[in-house]
Amino acid sequence: MAGTRRRRSWAGWQFVAPFVAVFAFVFLAPIGYSIHLSLYRTRLIGGTSFAGLDNYRQALGDPNFWSALGRVSLFLAVQVPIMLFLALLVALAIDSGRLHGKAFFRVAIFLPYAVPAVVATLMWGFMYGSRFGLIGGLNDALGLSLPDPLSPGLILASIGNIVTWEFVGYNMLIFYSALRVVPASLYESAEIDGAGQFRIVTAIKLPALRGALVIATIFSIIGSFQLFNEPSILQKLAPNAITTHFTPNLYAYALSFSGQQYNYAAAVAIVMGVITMVIAYAVQLRGTKER
Amino acid sequence: MAKGIRRRRSALLTALTGIVLIYSLVPLVWLVLNATKTQEGLFSSFGLWFDDGRFALGDNIRQTLTYDDGIFLRWLGNTLLYVVAGAGGATLLAVLAGYGLATYDFPGRRGVFATVIGAVAVPGTALAVPTFLMFSRLGLTDTPWAVIVPSLISPFGLYLMWTFTREAVPAEIIEAARMDGASELRTFYRIAVPMLAPGIVTVLLFSMVATWNNYFLPLIMLRDPDWYPLTLGLSAWNAQAATAGGQPVFHLVITGSLLTVLPLLAAFLLLQRYWQSGLAAGSVKQ
Amino acid sequence: MRTYPRRRLLGAAALATALVLAGCGGSDDDSAPSSGAPVSEADVRAALQKGGNLTVWAWEPTLKQVVAKFQQAYPAVKVDLVNAGTGNDQYTAVQNAVAAGSGGPDVAQIEYYALPQFALGKSIAELGPYGAGALESTFTPGPWASVHSGKGVYGLPMDSGPMALFYNKQVFDKHGLKVPTTWAEYLDAARRLHKADPKAYIANDTGDAGFVTSLIWQAGGKPYQVDGTTVTITFADSGTQQFAAVWQQLISEKLLAPIVSWSDQWYQGLGNGTIATLATGAWMPANFTSGVPAASGRWRVAPLPQWQAGAKASAENGGSSLAIMEKSGNKALAYAFLRYATDGDGVQTRVDNGAFPATTAQLTSPAFLDSKFAYFGGQQANRIFAESARNVAGGWSYLPFQVYANSIFKDTVGQAYVSATPLADGLKAWQDRSAKYGKEQGFTVK
Repeated sequence: MAGTRRRRSWAGWQFVAPFVAVFAFVFLAPIGYSIHLSLYRTRLIGGTSFAGLDNYRQALGDPNFWSALGRVSLFLAVQVPIMLFLALLVALAIDSGRLHGKAFFRVAIFLPYAVPAVVATLMWGFMYGSRFGLIGGLNDALGLSLPDPLSPGLILASIGNIVTWEFVGYNMLIFYSALRVVPASLYESAEIDGAGQFRIVTAIKLPALRGALVIATIFSIIGSFQLFNEPSILQKLAPNAITTHFTPNLYAYALSFSGQQYNYAAAVAIVMGVITMVIAYAVQLRGTKER
Repeated sequence: MAKGIRRRRSALLTALTGIVLIYSLVPLVWLVLNATKTQEGLFSSFGLWFDDGRFALGDNIRQTLTYDDGIFLRWLGNTLLYVVAGAGGATLLAVLAGYGLATYDFPGRRGVFATVIGAVAVPGTALAVPTFLMFSRLGLTDTPWAVIVPSLISPFGLYLMWTFTREAVPAEIIEAARMDGASELRTFYRIAVPMLAPGIVTVLLFSMVATWNNYFLPLIMLRDPDWYPLTLGLSAWNAQAATAGGQPVFHLVITGSLLTVLPLLAAFLLLQRYWQSGLAAGSVKQ
Repeated sequence: MRTYPRRRLLGAAALATALVLAGCGGSDDDSAPSSGAPVSEADVRAALQKGGNLTVWAWEPTLKQVVAKFQQAYPAVKVDLVNAGTGNDQYTAVQNAVAAGSGGPDVAQIEYYALPQFALGKSIAELGPYGAGALESTFTPGPWASVHSGKGVYGLPMDSGPMALFYNKQVFDKHGLKVPTTWAEYLDAARRLHKADPKAYIANDTGDAGFVTSLIWQAGGKPYQVDGTTVTITFADSGTQQFAAVWQQLISEKLLAPIVSWSDQWYQGLGNGTIATLATGAWMPANFTSGVPAASGRWRVAPLPQWQAGAKASAENGGSSLAIMEKSGNKALAYAFLRYATDGDGVQTRVDNGAFPATTAQLTSPAFLDSKFAYFGGQQANRIFAESARNVAGGWSYLPFQVYANSIFKDTVGQAYVSATPLADGLKAWQDRSAKYGKEQGFTVK
């Protein structure tokens, strides 16, 4: 962290205060309220009573919650590395200056990021149609029998594909931007020393990307653990494959909105928030340790 | 980028990266192609080509814009309002706060960023009920404020402006302005803002995307379709196929999606010079 | 189901939020007894003359015309018709408004299966004091029973969904299939059709709570028994068994197209002959006309297949009521609108625009019964629907938390459609999870 250069005074608050005030209103207050809710229990018959930590105890022993957490962990372990790796390769390729039409690549691969998640999911949902959709069309045209992307066995992969599609360009751009800041003189001297392209990548480019990688990873972890929009919209097309406890976020949502168990939902959400924070923090610590 | 100029172009590398390019573009191509089809045509033709003989794009666009008394335009107007107020406000707050965090040392400074990152980890969906109740007590639900106020916070924007300010605004210049007796705000406005321009555009664009794509929050907060943003409206049209007596309008959902995506794509293409350099400084320093 | 359970998760937050308020606001609503004083017919008429504003939340498309005509007839009344979402989306909005104590409508459209939940939460008004009890003979028995919770009437039936079998005659003729009159014949037809054309299926089905409960209802099953706050949930009765036996075979032999109802692929399948039948409510013709125009003339309507040969049992599928919110500031006027829309002039307006009524007058009128559906090749389909409405099996009730129960259908029964889980196990899991929830919510579950 920087900030060694400034004298300490309250003056900075005049800039930070507006943000902090709104932030407190739309984030901290609801979180505080959630914590409050999570300590109670309300029933359709019998009203509200203080429950202490019962809801948390219940959450920790809830197989639905753990299966949801397991699913997003799997998603995190598979989708995030694939997406970041892909983004990294493209960023390195564009940065290498060896592509025809570099600018076009850069912008075109980024474009899906500007597509709203709702639209992206509706679109992929149409395309996933294995009977009459694009998959069905390919099956007919090429005589294939591609498996149904919306079946329970493949649904997680299909969601992973949508998320990858949406964010690969975004992450690519973050990496690419980080690479652009490396002074050209560094490459030149490396080449004069006889270093090959591969050596330049490992010795100069990857270290330069460390900060960007850490940030991209943290945002991806948070995104994975909060997976919601894509499965919730696809649910309509794959109801049995996407259960009410498909992801922790979906589960918390189902609890509060169809089950009216908002107390318990609040507890689930807070447990999930703590887990996310711990992991994100650990990644940040590891990522910045050697700097 | 000077360093790239003298490099040999590689067809192989271009082809390999081309795979990712195709992956990125195929769904968009699908969207454009299918926006040219009638509802019947959607069902009867191959997804990645035109429907033989019928090119209904103009007709679809006209229908999209006029269907249900032209509510699509109303949704578009709402979305613009949310984007201007929400993304504009978010940018303003993020720029101010990012600048404050980067330029000053003040009591509680470390706490601010830690809290913001920590709060982001709490699933937003879980906050829906509490936020809704708070807002409804304040009489804000079912009004544009319910969508705009929560959009004012962009943690990513804050992070970006923070790092960007440290890169782009040398401490010496601020210090010099202070010596000259300029007030803190004046220093910010006169000296820092021009230097921060690329970063501001970047944050603005990313906040625009976030607001334009906002779906969950309006879903909870709004019940009058007259206040819907486009995302919610499109999903309502899509759901219409599932109502007794309702009219399926898949072709309008697809055409409407295309019309929803276009303005953002245009903004990104037109402003790419700015946001790319904005991101550059933002992402490199940790 | 009348409305596809889209975003079911978004479901009914009503009570949730109501209770949140109770939790933090500290007011238990026992202090305010609901308006019990009788309101005479004259009071209702006076309210109409006096006029005022009404907000109606409904997604049913034909209400648009009803509202227009109502305002023409009673110029002093201004009705604001808002589509606040379909089904669960709207329930969420209604219940949120209840919780907030303001911003809600005067009148809300509520599906039959969800009505008990609102009645239990006292968010909708009991209509007994307005003389609703006298309307018993006005409505057909199925819907009339559905608007009751305990002894009270909580809504007026707006439409109904007596079930029938829609079938693609062209497909049936092509393969020489006979229209099934029992579910056993249906199973047989399913096998023969799929064998003759591997791309064609007798029906699509990925599991739908409304459909399953309706067929159990038709088979005479009574899985849900409700007595105040005591509920019984059991899928062990013979009605359920009959259903499960046939459907298990349809699933195991892969005779059902794995296409989700109301999706684009579904409309496509109904149009191109790959989905040969559809057993659903009488409100379906309007959807056929607007959603599957290409297949006009190919489809026909037949009575719902029976569980016992020669029987004439039927059930309701979907359908909704109009209810008055407890918080409404002008209940007499709201009631006047309800009457207009559900048993007054509004009914004919709705029928003319393709809705299926719940009123005996319409269901027995020659004009209604004789009308020919061009879509069904000139068939007088209303005769079949009306007959079905008369034969709806009695004694059915939904759970006072059916919205929740239906939301977990796919977690339990739904799994039987996509895996090796037997249907019986799925039903058992559904029963267990519903019962568990009921207990957690303070019901006595037997």
